[in-house]
Amino acid sequence: MKNLLILGAGTSGTMMANHMVSKLPKEVWKITIVDQFKTHYYQPGFLFLPFDIYGTKQVKKKGKKFIPKGVKYIQERIDLIDAESNTVHLEKGEILPYDILIIATGTKIAPEEVQGMKGPKWHDNIFDFYTFEGAKALRNKLRKWDGGKLVIHISEMPIKCPVAPLEFAFLADAYFKNKGIREKVDITFVTPLDGAFTKPKATKALHYLLEEKGISEVSNFNIEQVDYKHNKIIDYGGAVVAYDLLVTIPPNLGDSVIERSGLGDDSNFIPTNKATLQTLAQDNIFAIGDATNIPASKAGSVAHFEAEILTGNITRFINGQPLKEEFDGHANCFIETGNGKALLIDFNYTQEPVEGTFPFPGIGPLRLLKESRMNHMGKMAFKWIYWNMLIKGIHIPFVSATMSKKGKHLEKV
Amino acid sequence: MENTIANNTVAVNEDGYLTDFSQWTKGIAESIAQQEGINLTDRHWKVIDYLQEKHNKEEALSIRGIKKSGVIGIKEFYELFPGGPLKKATKIAGIPKPKSCI
Repeated sequence: MKNLLILGAGTSGTMMANHMVSKLPKEVWKITIVDQFKTHYYQPGFLFLPFDIYGTKQVKKKGKKFIPKGVKYIQERIDLIDAESNTVHLEKGEILPYDILIIATGTKIAPEEVQGMKGPKWHDNIFDFYTFEGAKALRNKLRKWDGGKLVIHISEMPIKCPVAPLEFAFLADAYFKNKGIREKVDITFVTPLDGAFTKPKATKALHYLLEEKGISEVSNFNIEQVDYKHNKIIDYGGAVVAYDLLVTIPPNLGDSVIERSGLGDDSNFIPTNKATLQTLAQDNIFAIGDATNIPASKAGSVAHFEAEILTGNITRFINGQPLKEEFDGHANCFIETGNGKALLIDFNYTQEPVEGTFPFPGIGPLRLLKESRMNHMGKMAFKWIYWNMLIKGIHIPFVSATMSKKGKHLEKV
Repeated sequence: MENTIANNTVAVNEDGYLTDFSQWTKGIAESIAQQEGINLTDRHWKVIDYLQEKHNKEEALSIRGIKKSGVIGIKEFYELFPGGPLKKATKIAGIPKPKSCI
């Protein structure tokens, strides 16, 4: 009997379990998936939880529900990946052998990496919204907060869902307007990058949103510490931003099991071939989703496109065929802009987001890099698509794994 | 667009960053550094080497990563490239400044 072992039952792991169970003959292959937690979260929903747009029940379900019959599900913490001996050690002592390993252990926030961030004021007036607990605590805070300086902050890159901090700023503007207290709130967006927008077309198309919504920008801010006693964030160059309420994206790191196993870079991401998704560590170890070090965005849509391509490459690997260098970094992401509108961006490693229509040229119905109500409906409908199609490994019609140029307003070179 | 830096014609974007890393030379680095008011020393070159290595491996740059790598202390990094060190150092190194998806 041969073993396919999947580490992590989040978005990526669950998709791969569903893809591979229908591809591998069960008389030859045993598929096992391991996750330390029993809950599967809809992470895009964490953006809506603080503003009471979603309730807690809408963002979580029992993970086991989505693992197909024919795949063994183990809920236990993973202690070590022993690449030399093709085994994985679980916390309670069981040792799982594998012929092929898929690492889908994701990315977590690490507020403890910044001095003063995870201190006495964590979830008091310093919040994250990248965890269920953080988003819920922030919801409770916002419900009774009557105004002041709101600072939305990115510690460093890369982060999961790079657009989420901007979406948070846009939704916060709408939330306080709807509450009738917008003039009591000062919203500042603080980033280590050169601006809230860093790509030329996106900057041109979208910068008006910051002016329109009264959001100020502080750029090139590399946080050194949070002075929680005086409600200030301080950067290495001495710049200071004062806050009453700090909503921060802490440093994002890969899972600690990657560090324990000696397989990661200095952020615990796994060095992986960006086009084949085979890791650089061993031929029979593949990686997908937020756990890798590839230069694609850390987003569910990217993992969905990767899953379709990785499935093909694992099949080729099993059959002794050369892998296809197919993955192009394709990402397709909605960006909420508040009050029932959203943008859509569709891009890859070499093509920045541009205007156009998606998925059908001319018809759309979704508009690229432009606000529309249809886009917002798409974002909201996506929750259903996630639970009922995406994580079950079902292909989304008309959306190819690699980015299509159709419908995009591309410059003639 | 094109620009002439240190007697070389190079492709640059509106911010003056090289768009084709293969066109970079040490002379170009010195020229860009001069424009930024920086005289390049061995300490500067050590950082430039590190940044170019990260670029070739397509790995993201961060202050925390630089700190962890031990290539240079952060206080010194700010002293060597005053006023937005990642922005300036990447320009001199001929690589794009750190970016996001939008």
